[in-house]
Amino acid sequence: MAELLERRVTARSRFGVSESGIVVALAGNPNTGKSTVFNALTGLRQHTGNWPGKTVTRAEGSFRFQHRKYNLVDLPGTYSLLARTTDEEIARDFLLFGKPDVVVVVVDATCLERNLNLVLQVLRVTPNVVVCLNLMDEAERHGLKIDPRALEQELGVPVVPTVATKRRGLERLVAAIARVASRERATPHPAITLEGEAHGAFEQILREVRVTYPSLDAAEWVALRLLERDEAMAQAIRSGHIARLAGVSHDVDTAQRLLEHAAALASSVEAADATVRAIFREAERIASRVVHGSTAPTRKADHALDKILTSKLFGFPVMLALLAAVFWLTIAGANVPSSLLAHWLFMIEERLLALMNAIGSPSWLTGFLIEGVYRGLAWVISVMLPPMAIFFPAFTLLEDLGYLPRAAFNLDRVFQKVGGHGKMALTMAMGFGCNAAGVISTRIIDSPRERLIAIITNNFMPCNGRWPTLIMLATVFIAAAFPPVVGALVGAGTLVGVVLIGFIVTLIVTYGLSRTALKGAASAFALELPPYRKPQVLRVLYTSLIDRTIFVLWRAVVIAAPAGGLAWILGNVSVGDRTLMSAIVDFLDPLGRLIGLDGVIILAYIVAIPANEVVVPTMLMAYLNYNKLIDVESTEQLKQLLIVDHGWTVLTAVCLMLFSLLHNPCSTTLWTIFKETGSKKWTLVSAFLPLGIAFLVCFLVAQTVRLFG
Amino acid sequence: MRTLADLNLGECGIVRQVQASGLTRERLQDLGLVPGTRVCASLRSPLGQPVAYEVRGSLVALREEDARTVLLEEEATDG
Repeated sequence: MAELLERRVTARSRFGVSESGIVVALAGNPNTGKSTVFNALTGLRQHTGNWPGKTVTRAEGSFRFQHRKYNLVDLPGTYSLLARTTDEEIARDFLLFGKPDVVVVVVDATCLERNLNLVLQVLRVTPNVVVCLNLMDEAERHGLKIDPRALEQELGVPVVPTVATKRRGLERLVAAIARVASRERATPHPAITLEGEAHGAFEQILREVRVTYPSLDAAEWVALRLLERDEAMAQAIRSGHIARLAGVSHDVDTAQRLLEHAAALASSVEAADATVRAIFREAERIASRVVHGSTAPTRKADHALDKILTSKLFGFPVMLALLAAVFWLTIAGANVPSSLLAHWLFMIEERLLALMNAIGSPSWLTGFLIEGVYRGLAWVISVMLPPMAIFFPAFTLLEDLGYLPRAAFNLDRVFQKVGGHGKMALTMAMGFGCNAAGVISTRIIDSPRERLIAIITNNFMPCNGRWPTLIMLATVFIAAAFPPVVGALVGAGTLVGVVLIGFIVTLIVTYGLSRTALKGAASAFALELPPYRKPQVLRVLYTSLIDRTIFVLWRAVVIAAPAGGLAWILGNVSVGDRTLMSAIVDFLDPLGRLIGLDGVIILAYIVAIPANEVVVPTMLMAYLNYNKLIDVESTEQLKQLLIVDHGWTVLTAVCLMLFSLLHNPCSTTLWTIFKETGSKKWTLVSAFLPLGIAFLVCFLVAQTVRLFG
Repeated sequence: MRTLADLNLGECGIVRQVQASGLTRERLQDLGLVPGTRVCASLRSPLGQPVAYEVRGSLVALREEDARTVLLEEEATDG
């Protein structure tokens, strides 16, 4: 029993599920609004799109209903339980060994037939299923009429139509979950009918499985897997996992006999793919009975829009224009709030300073707390919060609309040429938010080889911690040379350029890796293009605004404040006749100059190993150390400090942008890479390959410009 | 032998057999490409491939090399 318990606990603890309360698993195809259902039920305010906080990372919440506690587990989105990808294994293992009390399968009402595939598979594993027929409003918009009662009769389990984004139907969903959770024993389902003589063999195996494991819910699933000679299932029987799951004592001989009989029966018939064929036939039959109506005008409108967004003429220009529009909005919109915030935070600094002096705090303590810790905090907040609070909602709206899969569709051929996977476009977009989340999101790529490439190259998409540096440099050094209206446009263009450089480096590195260390054939590429959806504009604005604010503030507290303190200490502790900081900066300066930067910037990047957010604050603090008491509030003062006082040129800005784009990922991302790959070697490659590229590119740019400039 | 990759945009066909093996096969089948399924070519990427196909009410993009492993019944049907 111990081992099964262990497996069950691991399967459950993977999702942080405690043993108390009723366990409800949430399964479903990708793009069914599963996470919206999860959030609506648990009351979490997490954004549901492909950004940090999506299902790939964590997935547990709870709710109470009629004095009972329900623990909800959000499984990764999967098309099936049959394939061998990480996500599908996690979902399958949890359904089988995690023994959830209820499984809610969220299905997309606009695409019922395909979604029924998963429902019918889950029904082979457990009868305790509730079907959540989501996106009913979209189905209506598409002119589809679905009869939930008829579907309920066909499936033999509760079916609840919902519109999760509008919280419609959720009370009934919860009631259905409670009903299934509290019933004594489910009525067993009639088994699926296989084609031809395979069915006879299947029935015999099923009988034997039922004799060996009388009270096993998943008997039919076990029999189907044995019929298709699935080695993982044979192993689960041999090791006694299935016996323990069924609550009978494991007997090696009985298990062996079952396996031998099953193997003999399976080899007597042509049973390959029998399950998936039978299930799709059943799905087709059910769908034809419960879905009425078809191609409505909206469907045609979707197609017309797709024709434009993926056309030879407009496909790529529209992509670039949308990206530029998001950047323009960010730059134009962030300016005023940023300087207001800076003004306000520095006003507080003066008050705090006065307060510290009034209570007679020693000057070293005042300096450390105010000029170090507080200033680091204030800098990160004022520089990061406004642009991120604009950038992310804007990008999220694009994503919710359904545009990103179209971008991946347009770009796939390019990735194919260099040996990468088309879904890299999606994981790269995720990297905009946070590279650690981008790395985790590569689970959507089936092949290990292409997934590893996507992991290593994710770094070349600038993350939340790097955008503000890039935006600031684009604004101060490039856009500022133009009148304000044009300036924002130029700044946006510069950022599009930065992303393009990151994209090109991604392609080059992908090409290099797939020709050398990660050689191999391209794996299957199947990308679903879901229907366009009307984004919940206000909801997205609200949730991603809150989400970003909390994210930035949290990072400011945990990372920027200590880094500010460290920078202050470096700047105020002396060895001999100079401060630690100036000693280190002088030491690093020649290296910095070589690549178009300086010692201060290199030091800032060393301090910023845990998080890229602190690059700018550390840099400014180091510069300000030489001439204290300047409040850097406006673009003009910043230019004064950097250009006049510290000899920055456009070359410095360009090299810094390149370095910021290309250098090694932060330690959080590296840790995530280590966890995802389980390999020290690839983690080291992920750290040093980008760092090497960053040094090389900056060196070449700096030397070339100096040669000709 | 006609394959999925031979369909022009707007053309449809009935799946006869999936020749791919391993993960590719599983993936194609999970999306509903099993014998007897009606498939229509719907969109072409700006660079020629992948092509998006309508399968069982969903729109799925496949690369040419994968689409080539899906054999179709001989007679063509219109979109």
